[in-house]
Amino acid sequence: MPHSYLRRRWTNRLMAGVTFLCAVAVLAPLFLILFFLARTGLGALDLDFFTRLPGAAGEPGGGMANAIAGTLVLVGLAALLGVPVGVLGGTFLAEYPNSRLAGGVRLMADVMNGTPSIVMGLFAYTILVLPLRHFSALAGGVALGIMLIPTVMRTTEEIVRLVPQSIREASLALGIPQWRTLVRVVLPTAAGGIVTGIMVGLARIAGETAPLLFTALGNRFWNWDPLQPIGALPLQIFAYAISPFEDWHRQAWAGALVLVTIVLGINIAARAAAARQVKLR
Amino acid sequence: MPDAMPTEAAAAPGAAALIDHAAGIEAQDVHAWFDRHHVLHGASLAIAARQVTAIIGPSGCGKSTFLRCLNRMHELVPGARSRGRILLDGQDIYAPGVDPVLIRRRIGMVFQKPNPFPTMSVYDNAVAGLRLAGERDRRVLDETAERSLRAAALWDEVKDRLGRPGTSLSGGQQQRLCIARALAVSPEVLLMDEPASSLDPAATLRIEELARELAQHITIVIVTHNMQQAARVSDVTAFILNGEMIEVGTTDQIFTRPQDRRTEDYITGRFG
Repeated sequence: MPHSYLRRRWTNRLMAGVTFLCAVAVLAPLFLILFFLARTGLGALDLDFFTRLPGAAGEPGGGMANAIAGTLVLVGLAALLGVPVGVLGGTFLAEYPNSRLAGGVRLMADVMNGTPSIVMGLFAYTILVLPLRHFSALAGGVALGIMLIPTVMRTTEEIVRLVPQSIREASLALGIPQWRTLVRVVLPTAAGGIVTGIMVGLARIAGETAPLLFTALGNRFWNWDPLQPIGALPLQIFAYAISPFEDWHRQAWAGALVLVTIVLGINIAARAAAARQVKLR
Repeated sequence: MPDAMPTEAAAAPGAAALIDHAAGIEAQDVHAWFDRHHVLHGASLAIAARQVTAIIGPSGCGKSTFLRCLNRMHELVPGARSRGRILLDGQDIYAPGVDPVLIRRRIGMVFQKPNPFPTMSVYDNAVAGLRLAGERDRRVLDETAERSLRAAALWDEVKDRLGRPGTSLSGGQQQRLCIARALAVSPEVLLMDEPASSLDPAATLRIEELARELAQHITIVIVTHNMQQAARVSDVTAFILNGEMIEVGTTDQIFTRPQDRRTEDYITGRFG
């Protein structure tokens, strides 16, 4: 029937238009954020910002060098904790999927994934800051590292599971023991995907503020001692944003721009790692 | 466990350059289960050294399971178990204290679908068995790569692209790479589980020729659902039906004068 055909065609166009608009609506906030950050933040972004310590209160000038380094240190500490536990835990879930322990671990990981980040901060505060009587980079790193575990664990589990049984059997039939098959054949086959999961996890925790509030605390000076408070970009942005000084507001914008750029950079690197993953499907 | 006396093969041009072995396998009353599902009901088979033994039968009859019992791969499937004796060169590979890993080194396997390691080059695939067992000597690895790739009749096709990924080869080449990989650890027996079922006729023929050549040096067991293939390639044929070893005989006898009615029905295409 020509009539119903026409109607179908118009409905199709209408719906295609709606989905297109929704796709734009998803992207629009991201681009607006980037645009806004760039417009307000770029002005305050100069060499000083990357190389100098914050200036005295109310004085113009100074930078966020210590906070940028602090964020990198914190993310590094988090990775030291979260990556080995996450990768090995995920491997366990994939290799022994039906054990009773695996069910519990999976549930805990999902609960941890949904736990508010400030609770992670409280946890690190209780187990590290209180006994050591000191806010510290270590406590901040642990808080972030715990947040990293579930992400890394679940992506590792999924990708290790995708490695075909035939590949494992090929190795076992060569007289390669199971553990060596796992370490030398299965994990390398899954490596690209695992690295992607790690990077996405790192990008997520790099911008976290709440878990650092009463762990890393923040620091206006350089600090390389893991047992001392350390600066971090999100903390510095927060402190500057609520300050009364015009110049600090501009620097907070610049800090936000740098932070988003770091996160974006890690995500792009994750895409590159994903592209190197051998096809498993 | 005393090794079968390995002797270097004469390096005749084109001949499979392998370490020769003369180990036979004898399966006695082998049962196998997947959980409660009883798939092999006491199958026995004497496999002669340096011959091609074909195992035929319809889909789901247990022929692959039987093959996987021969190198203790069956037990790797969760819930799978087996019973019975399997003698490799006179010794029971299921005896207590026997390490299945060492058994699998002596009895290699080629699978239905080519399964080269996707992260490894042609060269790395060929020497994977040695390297993962700890061999680091570059000279030994180089020699083994060439020797096993020649033995698998693949060397001339890949010698200029040893560094390319193993998965970049054609299906037939990948399967010969898997054969080379199995040969590199110089097994005494090579089990082939429908090795040509995913290949085109030309590639199938090459695999069959290869099986014949290899049988001059080691023992070959090939599972196939293709009766013409069994007839072309094997010296001895065993027919399995519903988990039972129905008939074993020289290939010539099985295909011309089967003794059992069921064998005759199967090879004449009345079922399966």
